[in-house]
Amino acid sequence: MADITDQKTRSFPKIEFTDSEAGALDFPSSKSRTYNYYKPAKLRATMYEDVTVDVQPDPDRHLTQGWIYGFGDGPGGYPKEWTKAQSSNWHTFLDPNEEWEQTIYRNNSAVVRQVSLCLENAKRAGAYKNWNHAWVVFIQRNLGAWMHAENGIALHVFTSIQRSAPTNMINNAVAVAAAHKMRFAQDLALFNLDLSEADIDFDGPAHRDVWQNAPEWQPTRQTVEELTAVGDWGELLFATNIVFEQLVGQLFRSELVMQIAARNGDYITPTIVGTGENDYARDLAASRSLFQLLVRDEEHGAANKELFGQWLSVWVPKCLAAAKALQPIWSQPAEKPITFATSLDAAKDKFRSLLEDLELDIPKELDQ
Amino acid sequence: MSRQSLTKAHAKISELTWEPTFATPATRFGTDYTFEKAPKKDPLKQIMRSYFPMEEEKDNRVFGAMDGAVRGNMFRQVQQRWLEWQKLFLSIIPFPEISAARAMPMAIDAVPNPEIHNGLAVQMIDEVRHSTIQMNLKKLYMNQYIDPAGFDMTEKAFANNYAGTIGRQFGEGFITGDAITAANVYLTVVAETAFTNTLFVAMPDEAAANGDYLLPTVFHSVQSDESRHISNGYSILLMALADERNRPLLERDLRYAWWNNHCVVDAAIGTFIEYGTKDRRKDRESYAEMWRRWIYDDYYRSYLLPLEKYGLTIPHDLVEEAWNRITNKGYVHEVARFFATGWPVNYWRIDTMTDTDFEWFEEKYPGWYSKYGKWWENYNRLAYPGRNKPIAFEDVGYQYPHRCWTCMVPALIREDMVVEKVDDQWRTYCSETCYWTDAKAFRSEYEGRETPNMGRLTGFREWETLHHDKDLADIVKDLGYVRDDGKTLIGQPHLDLDPKKMWTLDDVRGNRFMSPNVLLNQMSDAEREAHVAEYRANGTKVA
Ligand SMILES: [Fe+2]
Ligand SMILES: [Fe+2]
Ligand SMILES: [Zn+2]
Repeated sequence: MADITDQKTRSFPKIEFTDSEAGALDFPSSKSRTYNYYKPAKLRATMYEDVTVDVQPDPDRHLTQGWIYGFGDGPGGYPKEWTKAQSSNWHTFLDPNEEWEQTIYRNNSAVVRQVSLCLENAKRAGAYKNWNHAWVVFIQRNLGAWMHAENGIALHVFTSIQRSAPTNMINNAVAVAAAHKMRFAQDLALFNLDLSEADIDFDGPAHRDVWQNAPEWQPTRQTVEELTAVGDWGELLFATNIVFEQLVGQLFRSELVMQIAARNGDYITPTIVGTGENDYARDLAASRSLFQLLVRDEEHGAANKELFGQWLSVWVPKCLAAAKALQPIWSQPAEKPITFATSLDAAKDKFRSLLEDLELDIPKELDQ
Repeated sequence: MSRQSLTKAHAKISELTWEPTFATPATRFGTDYTFEKAPKKDPLKQIMRSYFPMEEEKDNRVFGAMDGAVRGNMFRQVQQRWLEWQKLFLSIIPFPEISAARAMPMAIDAVPNPEIHNGLAVQMIDEVRHSTIQMNLKKLYMNQYIDPAGFDMTEKAFANNYAGTIGRQFGEGFITGDAITAANVYLTVVAETAFTNTLFVAMPDEAAANGDYLLPTVFHSVQSDESRHISNGYSILLMALADERNRPLLERDLRYAWWNNHCVVDAAIGTFIEYGTKDRRKDRESYAEMWRRWIYDDYYRSYLLPLEKYGLTIPHDLVEEAWNRITNKGYVHEVARFFATGWPVNYWRIDTMTDTDFEWFEEKYPGWYSKYGKWWENYNRLAYPGRNKPIAFEDVGYQYPHRCWTCMVPALIREDMVVEKVDDQWRTYCSETCYWTDAKAFRSEYEGRETPNMGRLTGFREWETLHHDKDLADIVKDLGYVRDDGKTLIGQPHLDLDPKKMWTLDDVRGNRFMSPNVLLNQMSDAEREAHVAEYRANGTKVA
């Protein structure tokens, strides 16, 4: 054993008793223990509000010196002109999901555990062996193609939007949507990998060609690519989350995959796709509440409604065309408990009621 | 996951990207860089299935520590001298964090290689994590620390304060102007790679020495995400280096980014560490010593220097000059003295300095006492209201400084001040490089080449301009730096919380505050030249 007297004296900071606890003394502001620079929506500030509101400065709020850097061709910061939509106060939007650091990781980790468990069980039970060939091909082609759409939207729609909206609340909500989409796209890809290794006749890389070339998927790919090309962040969010996700995303995920998988002996896919549906329900709640605020804006509501009407007239036809092009995939599985017409009607109904929530006119194309 | 299955997973995830044929993503943010010749690099993709649980686990540790700190009465042993500076630091830092998130699509837009897009998008989520976890930490301080004033108005104070603006560059610089200049060189290649070590490791370590072990818990957790961000940035840097045409831009941006980061971060973190600590053990590393280790050795010698093999000229002169400013020109001490001079318009309290502090400074920075000792003795003497004005308005041989138009830290190394007429206005700069940044770098043309995407310096850059020729009491009131009795100031030049010893609006009334830049622009040529000569001679009259 070493001789302890031989050791170098270690140097360490001295801890002192300072009594610097809350309540140790009474003096002006000694009880001022709330963030007082914004008015919470309800009586008490939520954790979400405290960690989100006013973190992105704004000359309309407290910023006095203005943005200190500009772009070569315009002002810096978060110009309101980056969308044609207008608001008399963008800061009224609060994310109904109240996403912040803790919710992001808790919720997504819960999904990860759920999906992992499901996949492990499937492997153990040899669940894929019971799939009929038509279903294997259906998943290989169509779920495989769809994951591209999810990934593209993650990276080039939501990630992109969160630089452009004028408040921290909008941008964070959209960043969370990007995280959802990225996770979901990867979950589908890793599911594809499991299937490739499952000792069934599954062609892992086939999805690339389907997405890139199969005629039924080209209008969908085209719409996704055209979405990513939209410069106006408001239009991009509206066209994606309000129109595309309803008429194409939900149509494929809820009205097709979720409806028919079980009948084809597949209980794995609905678990995974269900997480994507659940994410979308959350992300839609945020978008719905943002666009609702905009149509109800006392000053700009009417102009916004008109603008959204224009956006609908651009995107509804594109998305309906994409939806209709997908029709052949409804007949690919062996068990076809649902027709394309039924699925499309269901998607349209949900879309109509969403538009009603937003107090927008129902585009005539929907009735055709 | 096994190594083999990890490789397969990465390969599979790579299959998610495709070459668009109908339309390509909108380019919202331009760059003058070009990536046509960029090699296809394939950095490791983050697998979300591992990412979320890994981060959740890290969070659980952070939240556990926060509960523990409260239950363990951590605030009974926290040094107020230290925690007061956190009112400034924690008001600033969540904005750069969230700005880093916002910067990611700029890098994605600018760099066509889909191989790196995934990593950048994950970084975006990390940065949302960092921003909100820091806001939450600050909330805990507000709830548990003896004096919540300043924490309670944090984001407002950040947005209207002279020091907040200095810090704001560290966020706005990430999200504005040329996408690569901002989101790659300034944010990642310099801020994250060089300076997060001082920000998120060295500084929190000092917190622990002052009884606060929460700051290190949170910031080490933040820092553990940084290595991924650094490798994102490095991949883009290598891609940019593949094209000769990018070289002059990279060299420009490295000079700007390095110098601006030095000006801003060393000012703030240097002050927190040297003037915010009570730990005066002689073998405790000074900020200069930490800087030598983290920045000079780890960053300059191990990261920047090797870039020379790609034919890039790196800013050796500016690295050496930053070191020179820290060790020989008293940069950190000047900044600390400036912050303390401005105490009435601060939203944190600044402690007086004791003999123990003086001894430590003299030991670590020989000659300190002769340069700064008298001033801090005056600061101590003038700490309480009643018999004297705030130190800025008393004659203590200190001239209120001109602000650097570029980095917004004042021109405190007075002999180095540059005065030039730029954009029809007389502007002052702390250094030649800050002058160059405004006059040459942030322009639509650089060395004869069009640079339409380069950013611009904008805004009311001299904070004092906004408050020119107003009474100090009115300024403080306008800023909202008043406690809940409606009269006591949040900022105080001492730590005594006895209301009788705290300054009120009445105590500071009657002092008119003048903007040095407004005055400079009112001077005749002869007056200005004399004024500048005097200023450069350290504020003493030139015969
Ligand atoms: Fe960060
Ligand atoms: Fe980072
Ligand atoms: Zn400067």
